[in-house]
Amino acid sequence: MNIVQCLCRPVIVIALCLLLIPLYSGAVIETYEFDNDELRERYHRFTDELRCPKCQNQNLSGSNSPIAKDLRRELHRLLQEGNNDQQVVDYMVERYGDFILYRPKFSAVTAVLWAAPVLFLIAGAVTLVIIVARQPKKAGENHTTELTLDVGEQQQLNDILADSQQSDQPTDSRPQPSSNRGEQS
Amino acid sequence: MQRLKLFLPLIIFALVAGFFFSTIKRIGEGDYDPNALPSALLNRPFPTFSLPRLNDPEQQSSRQDLLGTISLVNVWATWCPSCHVEHAYLNHLASDKGVTIFGVNYKDDADKARRYLQTKGNPYRLSILDQQGRLGLDMGVTGAPETYVLDHRGFVRMRYQGPLSESVWQQKFQPLLDQLYREQQLDSTVRKEAAG
Repeated sequence: MNIVQCLCRPVIVIALCLLLIPLYSGAVIETYEFDNDELRERYHRFTDELRCPKCQNQNLSGSNSPIAKDLRRELHRLLQEGNNDQQVVDYMVERYGDFILYRPKFSAVTAVLWAAPVLFLIAGAVTLVIIVARQPKKAGENHTTELTLDVGEQQQLNDILADSQQSDQPTDSRPQPSSNRGEQS
Repeated sequence: MQRLKLFLPLIIFALVAGFFFSTIKRIGEGDYDPNALPSALLNRPFPTFSLPRLNDPEQQSSRQDLLGTISLVNVWATWCPSCHVEHAYLNHLASDKGVTIFGVNYKDDADKARRYLQTKGNPYRLSILDQQGRLGLDMGVTGAPETYVLDHRGFVRMRYQGPLSESVWQQKFQPLLDQLYREQQLDSTVRKEAAG
């Protein structure tokens, strides 16, 4: 039983590690030539930030669908023709709507999208503050009641303390049997 | 109050589960399609283009050819399985209901496309040959089939993604077309009055 467990454990660990490796790495292989490195960098930034209209959870660089291919070709053309970033974004939004932007513009429609994280943060902070604000009050109440012992209680406490001091001596012999028990198991 | 707190997780779960369940139900009934995205062209003029005709590649077609009548613009291709499915219905619309349909032959092989129309029948008044997908891009096409409804002034009034069928027609197209015909009539009477 033990041998089997010993052999299995590394295998399981390795298998779990393998799960961490993504099954495929995003980028599609395509060759586009650019006049300079700055254009290439902008191209890659756009393919990462523009969303494929067909396969909705992928960006343009990660999608193999024909429409993504067309859009990459069009993007290359727009950049080569010297359009600036705003013109490229306008071109895409004109055809596919705000949907194509992974970072949509702030408008009445997208307001909830943009505001939600902030609202959740505020809600979380408020909750935290309420919880923290309640905590010390309770602890304080307990303290005051604990501190005011009446005469009888004080006497009881003294007796217990005296008892425990007396029983300290016989316990000295305990460590030996308890350590033996540990070795047996 | 304390007891209510105890049930709070259960209440939240019930609300979330209810929301998911109703969404799934709406998808099942076709009221809601998570993949459909609103067309950016809605209520805007159909894009301009200049592309060859499928049946006569020497001759160019342009936006002008689509104007003047309420029509459908159907994006199709021989490589698209759903286009084969809807083709019989398109034939029925064109011949029996008298609907004007323009075709955009999207990123297709022209010879194959011509043979396809010869064997299956041709519901299109005009088929535009868009081999590069450039017009498709201007229209915001994401795949085929897609059907656009144009009013008599050449404005896009609806975009439908997926194959057409009788039930889709009755649910989505017929009410809109009725409205568009009324608008056209109104428009022409206004013009006559203005001219008279």
